[in-house]
Amino acid sequence: MTEFEPKIVAFVCNWCTYAGADLTGTSRIKYAQNVKIIRFPCTGRIDFMLLLKAFGEGADGIIVSGCHPNDCHYTSGNFHARRRWIMFRGLLDLLGIDIRRIQYSWVSAAEGAKWADIVNSTVKTIRELGPYTDYAKVAGYLEKEVKE
Amino acid sequence: MKIGFYPGCSLTGASREYNESLLAIAKEAGIELCEITDWNCCGATAAHNLNKELSLSLPARNLALAELEEMDELVVPCAACFNRLIMTQHELDENKEIKIQIEEKLQMPLNNRIKILNVLQFIEQHIVSHLNTLIKKQLNFDVACYYGCLLVRPQKVMKSERFEDPMSMDVIMQKLGANPIDWPFKTECCGAGFSVSKPKIVGELSGKIVRDAVNRGAKAIVVACPMCHSNLDMRRPAIEAYLDMKVDIPVIYITQAIALALGLTPRQAGINRHFVPVNLPVNS
Amino acid sequence: MSKIGVFICHCGENISSTVDVVRVAEETGKLEGVEFSTDYKYMCSDPGQTIIKQTIKEKGLTGVVVAACSPRMHEPTFRKACQEAGLNPYMCEMSNLREHCSWVHDKSEATTQKAIDLVRTLVEKVKLNKPLYPIKVPVTKTALVLGGGIAGIQASLDIANAGHKVILVEKDPSIGGHMSQLSETFPTLDCSQCILTPRMVEVAQHPNITLWTYAELEKLEGFIGNFKATIRKKAKSIDENICNGCGHCTTKCPTKKIPSEFNTGLGTRTAIYVPFPQAVPNKPVIDKDNCTYYQKGKCKICEKLCPTGAIRFDQQDELVELEVGAVVIATGFNVMQPSGFPEYGYGKYKDVITGLQFERLASASGPTLGEIRRPSDGKIPEKIVFVACAGSRDPAKGIPYCSKICCMYTAKHAMLYQHKVHGGKSYIFYMDIRAAGKNYEEFVRRAIVDDEVNYIRGRVSKVYEENGKLIVKGVDTLLNAKPVEIEADMVVLASAAVANPGAEELAQKMHVSYDSYNFFSEAHPKLKPVETNTAGIFLAGACQAPKDIPETVSQASGAASKVIILFSQNELSREPVVAVVNRSAPPVYSTCVGCFMCASACPYQAIGEELITDRKGNVIKRVAKVNPGLCQGCGTCVAFCRSKSIDIDGYSNEQMYSEVMALLNND
Repeated sequence: MTEFEPKIVAFVCNWCTYAGADLTGTSRIKYAQNVKIIRFPCTGRIDFMLLLKAFGEGADGIIVSGCHPNDCHYTSGNFHARRRWIMFRGLLDLLGIDIRRIQYSWVSAAEGAKWADIVNSTVKTIRELGPYTDYAKVAGYLEKEVKE
Repeated sequence: MKIGFYPGCSLTGASREYNESLLAIAKEAGIELCEITDWNCCGATAAHNLNKELSLSLPARNLALAELEEMDELVVPCAACFNRLIMTQHELDENKEIKIQIEEKLQMPLNNRIKILNVLQFIEQHIVSHLNTLIKKQLNFDVACYYGCLLVRPQKVMKSERFEDPMSMDVIMQKLGANPIDWPFKTECCGAGFSVSKPKIVGELSGKIVRDAVNRGAKAIVVACPMCHSNLDMRRPAIEAYLDMKVDIPVIYITQAIALALGLTPRQAGINRHFVPVNLPVNS
Repeated sequence: MSKIGVFICHCGENISSTVDVVRVAEETGKLEGVEFSTDYKYMCSDPGQTIIKQTIKEKGLTGVVVAACSPRMHEPTFRKACQEAGLNPYMCEMSNLREHCSWVHDKSEATTQKAIDLVRTLVEKVKLNKPLYPIKVPVTKTALVLGGGIAGIQASLDIANAGHKVILVEKDPSIGGHMSQLSETFPTLDCSQCILTPRMVEVAQHPNITLWTYAELEKLEGFIGNFKATIRKKAKSIDENICNGCGHCTTKCPTKKIPSEFNTGLGTRTAIYVPFPQAVPNKPVIDKDNCTYYQKGKCKICEKLCPTGAIRFDQQDELVELEVGAVVIATGFNVMQPSGFPEYGYGKYKDVITGLQFERLASASGPTLGEIRRPSDGKIPEKIVFVACAGSRDPAKGIPYCSKICCMYTAKHAMLYQHKVHGGKSYIFYMDIRAAGKNYEEFVRRAIVDDEVNYIRGRVSKVYEENGKLIVKGVDTLLNAKPVEIEADMVVLASAAVANPGAEELAQKMHVSYDSYNFFSEAHPKLKPVETNTAGIFLAGACQAPKDIPETVSQASGAASKVIILFSQNELSREPVVAVVNRSAPPVYSTCVGCFMCASACPYQAIGEELITDRKGNVIKRVAKVNPGLCQGCGTCVAFCRSKSIDIDGYSNEQMYSEVMALLNND
């Protein structure tokens, strides 16, 4: 049997982590293909409903990453994101999502190697956790209901 | 509330008068000080330079014993003991790993929440409020309040604002009717442990302290540390040799000063145990 | 219906060596709404750009996805190309196939599949892109400069000389600041007032500068190019237009024993006073707290004496509203009062003074006319001890930072003392000598070698008085750590430079950030040293951190040039990536409920209130409104909004959701 290849979406800010991932590229550090990046202006922009949407659309894991505290291009967006994450984290159990499926981290524009590490370790974790199908099932069910 | 008491070695030996006067004034104020059962050495002064684990385990054992006896506060009259105990508490608070090691070593749990008081803090918090009703005599003379090094330091643990020019003893002495002089030697080094190995250095360092107190008109030097006391009192010959003159200013503990003001006899206050005779004009 | 063009770049071989670019073009070409797709060796090259431009024109593309390198690299390039072909530049997006795909993965089917996924994601986004247009904001070409010290003076003159109007506001009765109090300046020992006063006069006479002394900022609203400032002009109790500055009033005022602020308490002044003889403007003010008339209701001697009848006891504070385009904060610093040092005896012993007080003693215009005399008995001190780092670099005293100027001014003080008191002995206790600056180290060397100042490396533990002498106890850490005792006649404490007492309040009024010591924070510690995090507000001088005069002047000129750059445009053009509150017609049905969570999240105070009224003008709803001039486009408000009523152009909810969906649906 072939190994399970998880689908992982990374929600990153434009100024630190996106640039950090660029640096991973320019440094030619290899990492797994499973993670695909969506660019936001700032982690403060990331509405956590988007994370749920991603799970509903078939994501097995998610990375949220932005600037380190005090390094935010917009002064405080990452603090808002962190606070939102702390609130959201407490709800995951209720939502039926294993907390290990979401990796919340800070990667600066200078941390290319760290980005590769985060990607690889997240892929490893999600691989161990297996596919996430609960939301897709619910979404599929709802779709069927609507059609009928 | 149960107030514990850690006497330490000095108070059972060279500084018995400190012990006697402290217990006497506590009794007058209706406070019972419960000595920790089976207390041990605090680890002063050499241990913390030589063996960190030992220097923390020794005081930690005393703190753990005090907790076992359900003491909320712990009075530690000797400034060196106080320093070791409060530093240990601070260090174990800061470093949870070491705390676990020490607990394992002691085979005793340690909450580390006991409030450790030096003698000045004890007087401020428990005796001062009784003074108005208890004082029978006034100490109508100039005194030099000498704090030494360890009562207010280190700053980061003691959080004392005026660690270079402390005032708490001055305030207490004022309440006894005395006039604390404004002098610069409050926290100067007395020579401390050199008392044994190099008494000449003590003669010089303590000599400067004594000379300034005398020059500024003090009739007594008030202390709150057995080490300071023995250097300023017992090492008077070395001081006089350095100053090349006779100096008869007496050195008394703050507890003795309070005992005198409360009308206790000089014997109850332990005044008779000093090397430099104490004849102070105490008025009714 | 969208007509998207997809352009896949090989980047030489950088992308094509691991990604099957031909297949990516093929696969993405099949996507719904994609009109055209192709691949090319170098998309960013001239021929590459021409392919894009021609396709836009020929196929009438409504959107473009360039799959190449990082958008942080070439987004502007391709957006410009689109614009040149007549397509709104914000209809172009880049998919990052190089840094995020080809360079980080080996050649494989999965890598190519990832590339296809990434391109598809952006195709779905572009479908929802809408044309955006740069935001134009008008610029009011008047600058407000707060603080009339050397920083404010320099900034004002530079801006005014560039032809723009400046309003200089100073809280004291005269401009000049701390520099006017100094005696000589290091490292040249030229007289501070001699170099400063011509500048002060220039400010007063400059046709482009309006000088308001004895005035303070009350309120600041608005945004870059369009600030509205309210200034409180404190009542001077004189009519400045009539007063000719003859000074009769100041000589006859009966209240004479007020400690002079200018002379740092070493001299006295009257209740109606000019702070110092070279003051600009050279017209007095009445200090109401000390004036006999204001306090007791009787006196008015100045009014009787005034030959022009300029005294106005009934004058009130005046609030003036101004429109300005930029603000320069140059409010300076303060010297820490060493009352936190009971061990040094400041305040207890008259002859223990601060460095700033020594400046006044050494100044030819000072209370001793430049002779170094002890404040206690007026005697010339034969032995003087300087304590560098009195407060600075001492976490126990709450100031862990270095005050930067003390090493140099202490060397200068010792030098001045040696020059003025022949045969005198001077000692400096120091931690380190920090003399980094042009000719600074040489200056300190001169003090040590030529003027025989005794430098002792160590700290002072105590200063006390004995037999009329100040005994300074310290340690010489270089000489076998021996304790040192010096019997001095005078002790000078180089007390730390601290922020002004009102700095925190001012920062909050202006919405600029400040550090834990209340110094104002620059926008970037290296690359934006004169900007604040609020666009249009700039910093000059020691209000940002302790600085010496040359550094202050450079920063002031830097701030001025930023203002001049701003004023060189009639309109400001900004990236249109900003938040907008959705509005429906009629507006009362718009979904915003006016909770203003967005406003509380906004780091730029860009969200204000809009009142929706009915035809009669009654307010029927309060909703949020984004000021596009202030919004920087972070989008934090969007995530905060509970009713999804606020959105951000370029990263809208619709766009982000469609990206997520497109990324994951690759079956």
